[in-house]
Amino acid sequence: MSSLINIQTKPEETPAASTERSPSVDVTGLREKLESAKGPEFWRSLEQLAGTADIQKFLDDEFPERTPDWKDPAKRRDFLKVMGASLALAGLSACTKQPAEAIVPYVRQPEDLVPGKPLFYATARPCSGGAIGVLAESHMGRPTKVEGNPSHPASMGATDTFTQASILDLWDPDRAQTVTRNGQISSWINFIAVFGGARDDHATRQGTGLRILSAPFSSPTLASQAAAFLAAMPQAKWHQWEPVTRIPGYHPVYNFAAADVIVSLDSDFLACGPASVRYSRDFAAKRRVMTAETPTQQKQALQRGPNEDRPEGAAANQTNARESVAGQATMSRLYVAEGTPSVTGAKADHRIRIKTSEVPAFAATLANALGAGGSAGTLSGNAAQRIPAIARDLQAHRGSSLIIAGDFQPPAVHALAHAMNQAMGNVGKTVSYAAPMDFNPTDGIQSLRELVADMNAGKVQTLLILGSNPVYDAPADLGFTDAIKKVKLRARLGHAFDETSAYCQWHIPEAHYLESWSDTRAFDGTTTILQPLIEPLYGSISAHQILSVLLNQSDTNPHDIVKQYWTGRVRAANFNAWWQRALHDGIVPDTAAPLSTSPGLPAAGASPQASQGGLEIVFRPDPAIWDGCFSNNGWLQELSKPQNKMTWDNAVWISPATAKAQGLDTADIVEINYQGRKVQGPIWIMPGHAEDSITVHLGYGRTRAGRVGNGVGFNAYALRTSDAPWVGSGARLRKTGRYWFATTQHMQEMDDREPVKVMSLADYSKDPEVEAERLPRELTMYPPFSYAGYKWGMAIDLNACTGCQACTVACQAENNIPVVGKDQVSRGRHMNWLRVDRYHRGKAEDPETYYQPVPCMHCEDAPCEVVCPVAATVHSGDGLNQMVYNRCVGTRYCSNNCPYKVRRFNFYLYSDWYTKSLYGVRNPDVTVRSRGVMEKCTFCVQRINAAKIESEKEDRRIQDGEILTACQQVCPAAAIVFGDINDPNSKVAKLKAQPRNYSLLEELNTRPRTTYQARLRNINPEIEKG
Amino acid sequence: MEHVRHDELDRHDTTIATLPPTVDPGPDDVLGPGHNYDTVTRKISDVVFLPIKRTPRQFFIGLTVSFLMANLLLLAVGWLFVKGVGIWGINIPVGWGFAIVNFVWWIGIGHAGTLISAILLLLKQDWRTSINRFSEAMTLFAVAQAGMFPILHLGRPWLGYWLIPYPNSMWLWPQPRSPLIWDVFAVTTYATVSFLFWYTGLIPDLATMRDRAARPFLQKLYGLLALGWRGSTRHWQRYQMAYLLLAGLATPLVVSVHTVVSFDFAISILPGWHTTIFPPYFVAGAIYSGFAMVLTLAIPFRKWYGLEDLITMRHVEACAKVMLGTGLIVAYGYSMEAFMSWYSADKYERFMYMNRMMGPYGPSYVLLILCNILIPQVLWIRRVRLNVLAVWIVALIVNVGMWLERFVIVITSLHRDFLPSSWGMYYPTIWDIATFTGTIGLFLALMFLFIRGLPAISIFEVREEVHHRAHHGD
Repeated sequence: MSSLINIQTKPEETPAASTERSPSVDVTGLREKLESAKGPEFWRSLEQLAGTADIQKFLDDEFPERTPDWKDPAKRRDFLKVMGASLALAGLSACTKQPAEAIVPYVRQPEDLVPGKPLFYATARPCSGGAIGVLAESHMGRPTKVEGNPSHPASMGATDTFTQASILDLWDPDRAQTVTRNGQISSWINFIAVFGGARDDHATRQGTGLRILSAPFSSPTLASQAAAFLAAMPQAKWHQWEPVTRIPGYHPVYNFAAADVIVSLDSDFLACGPASVRYSRDFAAKRRVMTAETPTQQKQALQRGPNEDRPEGAAANQTNARESVAGQATMSRLYVAEGTPSVTGAKADHRIRIKTSEVPAFAATLANALGAGGSAGTLSGNAAQRIPAIARDLQAHRGSSLIIAGDFQPPAVHALAHAMNQAMGNVGKTVSYAAPMDFNPTDGIQSLRELVADMNAGKVQTLLILGSNPVYDAPADLGFTDAIKKVKLRARLGHAFDETSAYCQWHIPEAHYLESWSDTRAFDGTTTILQPLIEPLYGSISAHQILSVLLNQSDTNPHDIVKQYWTGRVRAANFNAWWQRALHDGIVPDTAAPLSTSPGLPAAGASPQASQGGLEIVFRPDPAIWDGCFSNNGWLQELSKPQNKMTWDNAVWISPATAKAQGLDTADIVEINYQGRKVQGPIWIMPGHAEDSITVHLGYGRTRAGRVGNGVGFNAYALRTSDAPWVGSGARLRKTGRYWFATTQHMQEMDDREPVKVMSLADYSKDPEVEAERLPRELTMYPPFSYAGYKWGMAIDLNACTGCQACTVACQAENNIPVVGKDQVSRGRHMNWLRVDRYHRGKAEDPETYYQPVPCMHCEDAPCEVVCPVAATVHSGDGLNQMVYNRCVGTRYCSNNCPYKVRRFNFYLYSDWYTKSLYGVRNPDVTVRSRGVMEKCTFCVQRINAAKIESEKEDRRIQDGEILTACQQVCPAAAIVFGDINDPNSKVAKLKAQPRNYSLLEELNTRPRTTYQARLRNINPEIEKG
Repeated sequence: MEHVRHDELDRHDTTIATLPPTVDPGPDDVLGPGHNYDTVTRKISDVVFLPIKRTPRQFFIGLTVSFLMANLLLLAVGWLFVKGVGIWGINIPVGWGFAIVNFVWWIGIGHAGTLISAILLLLKQDWRTSINRFSEAMTLFAVAQAGMFPILHLGRPWLGYWLIPYPNSMWLWPQPRSPLIWDVFAVTTYATVSFLFWYTGLIPDLATMRDRAARPFLQKLYGLLALGWRGSTRHWQRYQMAYLLLAGLATPLVVSVHTVVSFDFAISILPGWHTTIFPPYFVAGAIYSGFAMVLTLAIPFRKWYGLEDLITMRHVEACAKVMLGTGLIVAYGYSMEAFMSWYSADKYERFMYMNRMMGPYGPSYVLLILCNILIPQVLWIRRVRLNVLAVWIVALIVNVGMWLERFVIVITSLHRDFLPSSWGMYYPTIWDIATFTGTIGLFLALMFLFIRGLPAISIFEVREEVHHRAHHGD
């Protein structure tokens, strides 16, 4: 309807072009209009949306007698009018054509660009404290998905949930789309004019009164620009702030591959931090228990018919398996001491539940027991009894143990951890220290405090905020919002016109990492040069360009800025070849930081505040949307939190006993009264949470995030103070009402059904077949169908899975899975094809937690297939349970008859057919489903068929590892393996031959192609009798 | 009872003004005293030919209310087509909700008609005569309601015809292993045969209506529908043969339809659905609810129109006895279901039954046992069976109970199946309720129009009854 006249999505329509006669538009008003829109709202142009006088006049000049009836798009006259308007405006943009530049070398070198075939380009997503190297998938110049870069040390081919979802941010319809000044559309040229003037003014005073506030960054180019800027203006100051702070100047690097015993002191290393993906991979590898062939297997091999498992051609390819299944007979042991349940805690063999504020005491007691300093403190619960056993276990593993202090623990705990590692001889083996990657490591809170003080003192005339959103996320006691008003000239570079932008005269749209040149460093220092996959969608600007304005450089092309930086620093015979190579590989060679054995910890700061009675309050970044920067990301908002499977909300987590003592129940709204500040939020009773403690998650309660994130949850930043950013005491709760949550899983107990099989390592080592299937293999009169060609199957190692749900988001990105919203989730209609089930076992206060990813099982005897009246779900010759959307009439009988309930139904028209910018993110290889059809996991059939076509062209079989399903590819722990079970040497076949392999609900004889490897617990016999 | 003389019966005196007084002959007779061919004819056809002023007030009130309810259906279905089945309370795991509950309920109700007409005809039960026409119409209208739901509940209802095997350019056929396909055949066959049976039964009476109609338009209309019936001996001879054959054809359908409907559930692997006892117990339940609905409708009908001498206590009591009998079969079904779930030693089956009784939907199960098993036991008492009001109330309760049975089967089995992670709850929305209410309205509206437009009691068969008792005696 509005395709002809939508001027917003044309990249060439940059504001710079329309300065001449751009009608002034009240962007604040626009934003409010758009943000208040609940459903899809149609608008053709900003002018129309604002209904400004300019556009009215313009239109009236053409047809003076009429006031256009905008509400009726079908009217011919109106159509002509709008056509006229947009053509006129489009003409103005013609002069902005960018000079051509070669921006993209190929990773897979194709002979030519084949329409319909995606290309992959190496780049990286910068994140707090590091970066994750990615290969971004481009369909005809349109980035649609990011995959991990296998050669990048922080990725190893996998990514986390945030990286997966970051592609959606690129296409976010609520991104800032123009430079604005006081809410009116302006232009980059105007900004340069105004800011250039301010710069020149400050330059006369050596930069006095000019301040820059950014998040910590590791980009070498930006760092060199910043250094040049500070050198030119020595009186200017560069402040750094991000809400999830780390200890400045302290950068430990762990080696889980060498760690046999790990003690985590409130460290969520599997989910938090720039290296969590890599750590998950190493940690899981150390726990992959593989058993040599057992008697049962040999027997089964004998029983197997010739047709069933050894088709023609399979023998020829036995040697083709790309990698053998690595594993060992034993596994590492993990102890986690924490108060707030984390995914790392769920993986623990022994989880010690203590209050977060008791972690320092726990660390001191443990250090004391290890003879590494520290004094034994008093601990609640049974934590104290366990310490001697843990200490003995650690001492038995000198040099191969590891003590990790959590990012949110004070420096003193890190110092103790280092002392313990030192005493155990681990430093240099399982833990080393690198020089910080960030530019000018700064204590964020202190830096922000200084800035606020200076702003209040009138010392700041010009403030430039690069990326940070302090109006929303600054500590509540600093009074940032009041202070910023005292600055004369305020400008903000930001992804969206958010809370901070509303307090700045200038807002500049920030380029997404997929549309900008830059560089960044990973947790170990490895540098990646970021290359754009697409020209900025909205003429967005990168920080490099802003800096070059500050440096009074005429060249504001980020490509040249980045290239120029590296030109000066690389000693390569052929710089262009080096440059192409670095871009192609996604890593700059030899940039990993040297490791040392000295931690470089700052002197222990102020001791934690004394307890003020009341409840302990713990602040944590949200598992799904982090610190709020992903608030407007529907995929992440709808991603259920691993711990409680809740979506679209944050909650006040509290332990069952404390809740009882407070007279509270899940979904009660409470008013949290903490240090005189009050915030209302709903209660969630969290099994495994520490007593007398509550946890609140940051990132919610946004007011200017966009249509997705606005008004979702409550703002925990409003309680957070600068002296106690992670844990405080003295919170009081008062019940004020009732709330409703939207969860994807209501039941947490496994009952007697044991969907997750758990064994102790000791039992398993003694008799690997302790849990092996005892059911008869064949319960049918008919001979089994012989899958002569391929026989696809999947193995999911529950011992490796951390429950991070990267697979869920990857599946959503790959398969165009729609977001349905809180209301629909609460009605049991979420659409994720791959869910991660979470079960508790044991006491409600301190249970064990298990995760189980559940995609479609692709049963060989699929119950869904027989009941479909129109043959819309059928079996393929290679054993896929296929769903034919076109044929589906929507009886939903297949879902009723699916014992695994993996099918998802389009109860409404869930796919967004109306938001144009979201068209860009869709995978063209996967159908966008319409209303009234069933859908489910396909084993990424589009990837299977792509590989099949390739192999047939080359007249060969598909090799093991050639097809990676989206969930497999993204899995940080490499828990998911897909392949051909006809090939006995394939990784998946070997995993399925393991004695701890089992089928879910195998007694139903559905013969699932997806099987699980049972979870093992490496129990310390001193603590628990196996 | 005093018998009228033969010559009196045969007298066709159109001048006779007085019909015999309406007297319910009690539980032993199917016809009130004082009737001859003429009075029977006039009494029954007068229900149609009654002037507006003398039509019972209840007719207009009832028709208005049910018509309004039918309009609610229009609204609910309209909104459904605009938005999709998401307006209902269904979800994953509960993919089927009110629509399927209502479908099975209405189909069950549709069982009484054919049973009364066909099986009781073959069994030569005299008490079927006065209520067969009425129940057949009820069957047709109930099946019409039922038939709507499988279409409406589709995600893409406009493609519902894909369930029918029709030749198409894609050479795609329905998937014959699915019980939903069997259902299509069973229900459409049943609807077709029921209609034919009903219409065939109507032909002699349509001729009577043609002959008695005062206005030319009505004469032509009834004449057209009567297909040239002249009442010749040859007509009668062929007619009765055809009717008997149709009865023979319809008889197995009574059993087959609900058997196939029960396969919709029994074929699945879901605990609570996957049960071999379903076919007999569904059929018994269907007859149970069908008779309950016959009584629910017939009792007010005979009262409003003063037809107690045609639909007598004999009919009411016989229906009540059938209800009691089929109710006991249903009770046996429930107890076997419970027993087998325990005896199977299957953890899912056991859990399912415990959850059915004690889970979140436990109250509906308790209510179901109360409505379908406990309360109807009062029908053992003759005094209750002979109390019209009491029978009517029990019939209403059974209607509710049978609806609850389907609710319990569909919802409680689905909402907690195998993996605890996928368990959920089902809450009906206003659109679920509006759709159900709407079909009740449409059903009743059709019943009211039927009573007003066609002889609701078979005239010729009651005349046969008159003839039978005059010539052959008791």
